[in-house]
Amino acid sequence: MSFNVSIQTQDFDVSQELTALRAGDARVGAVCSFLGTVRERNDGSAVASMELEHYPGMTEKSIAAMMDEAQKRFDIYAARVIHRVGLLHPEDQIVFVAVTSAHRGESFQACEFLMDYLKTQAPFWKKEVTPEGARWVDARVSDDQALARWGIEAHNSTAP
Amino acid sequence: MNVTLKYFASVREAIGQGGESVNTSATTVQALRDELIARGGAYAEVLAHGRAVRMALDQVVCDGSAVLREGCEVAFFPPVTGG
Repeated sequence: MSFNVSIQTQDFDVSQELTALRAGDARVGAVCSFLGTVRERNDGSAVASMELEHYPGMTEKSIAAMMDEAQKRFDIYAARVIHRVGLLHPEDQIVFVAVTSAHRGESFQACEFLMDYLKTQAPFWKKEVTPEGARWVDARVSDDQALARWGIEAHNSTAP
Repeated sequence: MNVTLKYFASVREAIGQGGESVNTSATTVQALRDELIARGGAYAEVLAHGRAVRMALDQVVCDGSAVLREGCEVAFFPPVTGG
C-alpha cells in the first residue's frame, strides 16, 4: 500500500486504515492522520443531514495530483485519503487523511498540506438540510488562505 | 466540434440537468461559456460573468483561455466545499 484514494458512500474503520497504511514498512516511525466529521451546526443553523456530491473521475485525479505534490514536498512513505459521498448525518465520518514518514515533522506537515489542498481543489460539494431548508454550503476565504501558506494560490471562494 | 458538458451542485440544479452534448463553433472554454449564456434563462443567470463559477477541461481545473478539442469534456461548477 502506498498512495491510495477512495471515494465511497460506506463508512470506514480508522484503526484498520492506520494498520494497513504502515503494514510491512519498518522504515515508518510516524503516522499522522486527520479525521473530518459532520458537525451539528454550521453558519448558525442546526444541520439535520447533508448530501455530498462529487465529480467522478476528476475527484480521483485531483487527489492523485495532490498526493504527487505532497511526495515532492515532504519525505513521506505512504498516504491514504478516503472521502465519503451521499447522505451523511451529524457525527458521521466524512474525510480521512493519513500519512507515514520516518519522523513526525514530515507526516504532520504532509497531512495538513493534503487537507488544505483537498478543501479548495477537490470537486466535492455539500448541501445541508437545516430548519430553514436545504442550502448549498459556501466556500470559505479562510480555506484559500490556508492553501496560500504552502505557496499555492487558490481562488476557489471568489469569482474569477 | 462535439463537446460533452457537465454541470454540478448549484449549477446542475439551476440548469436542470447534469450534462449534455453540444456541437459548438467555440474554440475556448470562455467562448463556450458565452454561447451558453446567450441561451438566456437559467444558463445566463448561473454562468454570468462575475459569478463564482469554476471550470474544468477534461477533468482538470482551467481558466477561460483553455482550448477546446474534438470530444473534450467541459465542466461548470460552483466553488468546491468538500473536506
